[in-house]
Amino acid sequence: MEKYWLTVVLSTGAGFLARLYMLRSDYRQYPGYPHGYVTHLSLGFIAAALGAVAIPALVEKEFTAVTFLALAAEQFREIRSMERESLGALEDGELVPRGKDYIEGIAKVFEARNYLVMLVSLATSAATQFLGWPYGVGAALVTLAISEYLMKGPIIGDIAQVVPAEPVFEGSVLKVEGIEIMNVGLPAMREKLLRDGLAVVIKPKDDNARATLHSTGQRQAIAHVAASILGTKKDVDLLEFTPLLRKDPDTGRIALFMVPAEKDMECLVEAVRRAPVLESARRAPLKTRLGRAAAD
Amino acid sequence: MEIQFQEAILAIVVKKEDREKAGGGVPIFVTENEEEKIRVAQTLASVLKGMVHDLGNGVFILVKH
Repeated sequence: MEKYWLTVVLSTGAGFLARLYMLRSDYRQYPGYPHGYVTHLSLGFIAAALGAVAIPALVEKEFTAVTFLALAAEQFREIRSMERESLGALEDGELVPRGKDYIEGIAKVFEARNYLVMLVSLATSAATQFLGWPYGVGAALVTLAISEYLMKGPIIGDIAQVVPAEPVFEGSVLKVEGIEIMNVGLPAMREKLLRDGLAVVIKPKDDNARATLHSTGQRQAIAHVAASILGTKKDVDLLEFTPLLRKDPDTGRIALFMVPAEKDMECLVEAVRRAPVLESARRAPLKTRLGRAAAD
Repeated sequence: MEIQFQEAILAIVVKKEDREKAGGGVPIFVTENEEEKIRVAQTLASVLKGMVHDLGNGVFILVKH
């Protein structure tokens, strides 16, 4: 055991720090409950420890120890359902829900982070064991950078242009650049919507982006991000203030209309640009021959 | 489990002269003038947590979304 002491401690520490680093409070991914932190840090520590002992076990020719990694994978799958359940349970209380697609994406991210922690500690322990601790520290930093890169998904700004737009009423129908949003009956409400509302148009850059933005789950995720950053004036009996994203069927452009608590167009454009592209919504018709042929 | 109506017309609000434009199994509120129509619709909307839509022919419907 003594001769592996440095390897195990160093790589467990590196993995744990990696988990801590990936747990930075994030308005989209994490609501930031203290107990949530404890849960994820403990599971991250277990992942780090498992990654750390794998190499020493192999060196000792304890091949069965590797099966523990399989056990770990099973454990971490639980994290996904745990996150899914807890975020799903909170949905009823959200005025602007995340939507199932977004929750699924978040849950997957939480599972994947633990595998990345194992990767960090595995690489660190291998480098420490065979090359010495300075290389171990180097390996930790390199794998951390790699996992940081892997965790960074595309954002709406990558696949589409977000431009400010002017909402107008045609009779009782609210429109944004010709895209119908909703029918509002009360004249006072129409005035208020025009006064306090903000609208942007999301213009997909290509047919892949257009297909991605078709997904209603993706649109709900954008609405949730926008509403959680700018706030919303919506209440249970003020349905007119619900952030809505509607599509122009002919061009695939998406119009977003919302009534934010803080009316600031620049921030809204930036918030929409930074909304994540959901893995489950991503489509790529242009990757097929037929899709390319149909596109022109 | 709570059961809720989705996308259902909860009530109809019309002026007296438009009474014939709406019918069916939904409560119809008949009002004297435009002002009263709007006020009644607004009250119903906040009580029933629905949204007021204008059909364009003087008929207001309250819809649960």
